[in-house]
Amino acid sequence: MPHISIKAGKIFEFLGLEITNSMIASAIVFLITIFIALYYKNQSILKKKGNFYYLIKFFVKSIYDLFYSVLGDKTTVLFPLLFAFFFYILLQNWFGLLPGVGSLLIKVKEGHEEVLVPLLRANTADLNTTIALAIISVFSIQYFAIKYLGIKKYLHKFFNFSDPISFFVGILDILSEFSKVLSFAFRLFGNIFAGEVLLTIVAFLVPVLASFPFIALEIFVGFVQALVFSMLTAVFLSNAVVEHH
Amino acid sequence: MSTEAMKLLSVAIAIAVGAIGPALGIGMIGSKAVEALGRNPEAESAIRTTMILALAFAEAIAIYALVVALILKFA
Repeated sequence: MPHISIKAGKIFEFLGLEITNSMIASAIVFLITIFIALYYKNQSILKKKGNFYYLIKFFVKSIYDLFYSVLGDKTTVLFPLLFAFFFYILLQNWFGLLPGVGSLLIKVKEGHEEVLVPLLRANTADLNTTIALAIISVFSIQYFAIKYLGIKKYLHKFFNFSDPISFFVGILDILSEFSKVLSFAFRLFGNIFAGEVLLTIVAFLVPVLASFPFIALEIFVGFVQALVFSMLTAVFLSNAVVEHH
Repeated sequence: MSTEAMKLLSVAIAIAVGAIGPALGIGMIGSKAVEALGRNPEAESAIRTTMILALAFAEAIAIYALVVALILKFA
């Protein structure tokens, strides 16, 4: 059986901070994201634009239309956040499928013995990352709710003393905000990590050709999960920024 | 029964029982989507988007069970 580790492996320590393999992958994808964004910005003012520009533009436009159907006229304000979520998670998911990620091993000292740790690991297959993304998402939902409703109406949703039923509904609403973090984090982590395990096991059982349909499936799953993450944020946002009665 | 065998059994039960609900849910979502498509073929793209979103919700429950199973197995 191939070795499968549920947590990211430590590669080296930098000033007491553990640098894990998923952090290295995350840094690479982060640079790619910034590079693509800068490329897009540079190309958008040129007269003659490259083909890649139109590909990205097509992507952005279709995602924009999708969010427009959910958020309506608030899309202009909220779209940068949502598309950043979508694009970053999409690239992270797909980066994990590249050959070499997870299969290149390096020797790392752990205590007294040397162990083999993959050099790169899909960042969304690390629970720390997905929890961080989920916390950012839920906090931005609260932020926009306060921004659009004002602090008084925002608190009124959670603390309503007019009658017992609204009081308990308020308590349930507070709980549901916390469970959103968990469900966001576990959905993304579970899907991507399960995909990695699946690919590893299939490649172990049948070394040749059998992993191909599963890789195609994982490309689709990576896309859908990125879409679901940003779409759910959009839906929660659109619920949060309207007044409740 | 040894601890190892019990552990394997618990992994199998976790994912097997956890997959029943989402399986039924996904079946219902698919059948309703096809029904809606039959009634209103023009709304195909809207139906598809909503269906995939609902599918992802239902699938997430199975994924929770899978995460528990994987933690039991590998951690």
